Amino acid sequence: MAENRHKSLGLSDEEVLDLFRTMLMARKIDERMWLLNRAGKIPFVISCQGQEAAQVGASYALDRTKDYALPYYRDMGVVLSFGMTPQDLMLSGFAKAEDPNSGGRQMPGHFGQKKNRIVTGSSPVTTQVPHAVGIALAGKMEKKDFVSLVTFGEGSSNQGDFHEGANFAGVHKLPVIFMVENNKYAISVPVSKQLACEKVSDRAIGYGMPGFTVDGNDPLAVYEAVKAAADRCRNGEGPTLIETVSYRLTPHSSDDDDRTYREREEVDEAKKKDSIVTFANYLREQNILTEEIETEMNEEINQIVNDATDYAENASYAEAESAMKYVYEE
Amino acid sequence: MAVISYIQAVTQALREEMKRDDKVFVLGEDVGKRGGVFRATDGLYDEFGEDRVLDTPLAESAIAGVGIGAAMYGMRPVAEMQFADFIMPAVNQIISEAAKTRYRSNNDWSVPMTIRAPYGGGVHGALYHSQSVEAVFANQPGLKIVMPSTPYDVKGLLKASIRDNDPVLFFEHKRAYRLIKGEVPEEDYTLPIGKADVKREGSDITVITYGLCVHFALQAAEKLAEEGIDAHILDLRTVYPLDQQGIIEAASKTGKVLLVTEDNKEGGIISEVSAIISENCLFDLDAPVQRLAGPDVPSMPYAPTMEKFFMMNPDKVEKAMRDLAEF
Repeated sequence: MAENRHKSLGLSDEEVLDLFRTMLMARKIDERMWLLNRAGKIPFVISCQGQEAAQVGASYALDRTKDYALPYYRDMGVVLSFGMTPQDLMLSGFAKAEDPNSGGRQMPGHFGQKKNRIVTGSSPVTTQVPHAVGIALAGKMEKKDFVSLVTFGEGSSNQGDFHEGANFAGVHKLPVIFMVENNKYAISVPVSKQLACEKVSDRAIGYGMPGFTVDGNDPLAVYEAVKAAADRCRNGEGPTLIETVSYRLTPHSSDDDDRTYREREEVDEAKKKDSIVTFANYLREQNILTEEIETEMNEEINQIVNDATDYAENASYAEAESAMKYVYEE
Repeated sequence: MAVISYIQAVTQALREEMKRDDKVFVLGEDVGKRGGVFRATDGLYDEFGEDRVLDTPLAESAIAGVGIGAAMYGMRPVAEMQFADFIMPAVNQIISEAAKTRYRSNNDWSVPMTIRAPYGGGVHGALYHSQSVEAVFANQPGLKIVMPSTPYDVKGLLKASIRDNDPVLFFEHKRAYRLIKGEVPEEDYTLPIGKADVKREGSDITVITYGLCVHFALQAAEKLAEEGIDAHILDLRTVYPLDQQGIIEAASKTGKVLLVTEDNKEGGIISEVSAIISENCLFDLDAPVQRLAGPDVPSMPYAPTMEKFFMMNPDKVEKAMRDLAEF
């Protein structure tokens, strides 16, 4: 039997199984959304596929009863971990009135849900980075011990808001975890044309914070790095930059065709490292994911995704005139 | 009642709001130990400490963006842009984020933040220390833009801005800082955002303006009164969203309207005021609506000859008012 890697991290068998279940849930919702898009039922999809391990591994390392998440558009794994439901996500996919993210105002992937401390986001990338710093600043001023986790792609690490936010957090030693989900592509532009440094985490030293690069296909490696970063945050030691390296398994979005800029062999190769496969293998080797449990889990998730799809498809759109609401406080 | 300067009214409002509510804090460049390059936050660092009067790194998008994050959490940040001209790196945060947060989250999140910035010319500030930037933001629903003219209005409107549950841009005329003095009550009061204010009652012509130009118009009106021209002067105070009813009433009162700004002429606040008047006041007008504004060049030049050419002053306003009265 392969070495048990989760016990030493303080994770029980039940916890790693739950972690995997959330990863699988994200994958299956995402796959359903593609089907719905290709069937002409929803106009747009932007995927988490290939990044579930990083998203869920990081989230599970936090205190999801008090920490804040500032996700980017691929972070279905993060928001599921923080308490958004599959039905919520489907309501967003179908742009229905009950969508808690925006009531159908924003495209899917623009997450936000105050009750779960998932902070609302927009489409211009990286704007959420200074927000995470501001939330951490507020927490420090109010003497709270929560941390704020902000995630973004490696392309976003080129934006000014990344630099300005990271520097601010470094100067004021704020409890922020900057997590770069490096999926190797900013739409069509590969990492080699995005970064002059070898790793995104190399940038950390410029902000006076530690920087780490971990395998983004390994939820336990991500968990370990984020857990240590959260501990540093809560000890008043300031922010951390973590880069999780994995691969974007889908085109950028439902409107993209990635065959125009990358070889199929490259994608096929990446699929061998897909965390949904590799982490399942680990759990099987540990006798945690038994055949029986796996069958049950698949059936349960399929049922949830089916129910969520049906519910969202049949739910109402917002009234047209409601577009006038909530420009200002009412 | 004490007579204080425009900038003292800013400081007084900040101090009182910080005392009243410990969620209020100030952030910006040089606002702490230095008390601001114009001294708007003078004394606050000593009184409230470095955590609530926060010197930030020199990075405007972070000043706005960190403020937005803190506001979304529930704080009441008052961010200072050292000059309105330097707000441009923060435009994405202000327009894409602050202005749209409530709307895009279907009322789940909000940004109760005030951004203060000194604007305006006539201070030998050249292209990048003289600009009026309100027009950049004045077609962004979700934002409010306040531009007071008097110390009394500064105090009441800054307090109202800080207490407002939506983002407010609060533009202070830097030449007014020490030039304009006025009576300001020591007690707590607020003034309504979104309401224009009649600064002079009159019956012959109407001048609608805001900021320092209100004073130019008032001075011109006193001179013209000696010639028997009685000017009605409306101070917009909030330039976005505009007080449509106040504008319509002021325009209809005399039927002759002069709109004044020191900003460029095309596409500015007064263009929208003109549109409101043309949509609503056709049968009350006795003359074409007139606009008096800065020239359509990128910004105010440094050399005194060219600066004077660009900058609004009481003489230019007086001439335009007389021409309109004689129409």
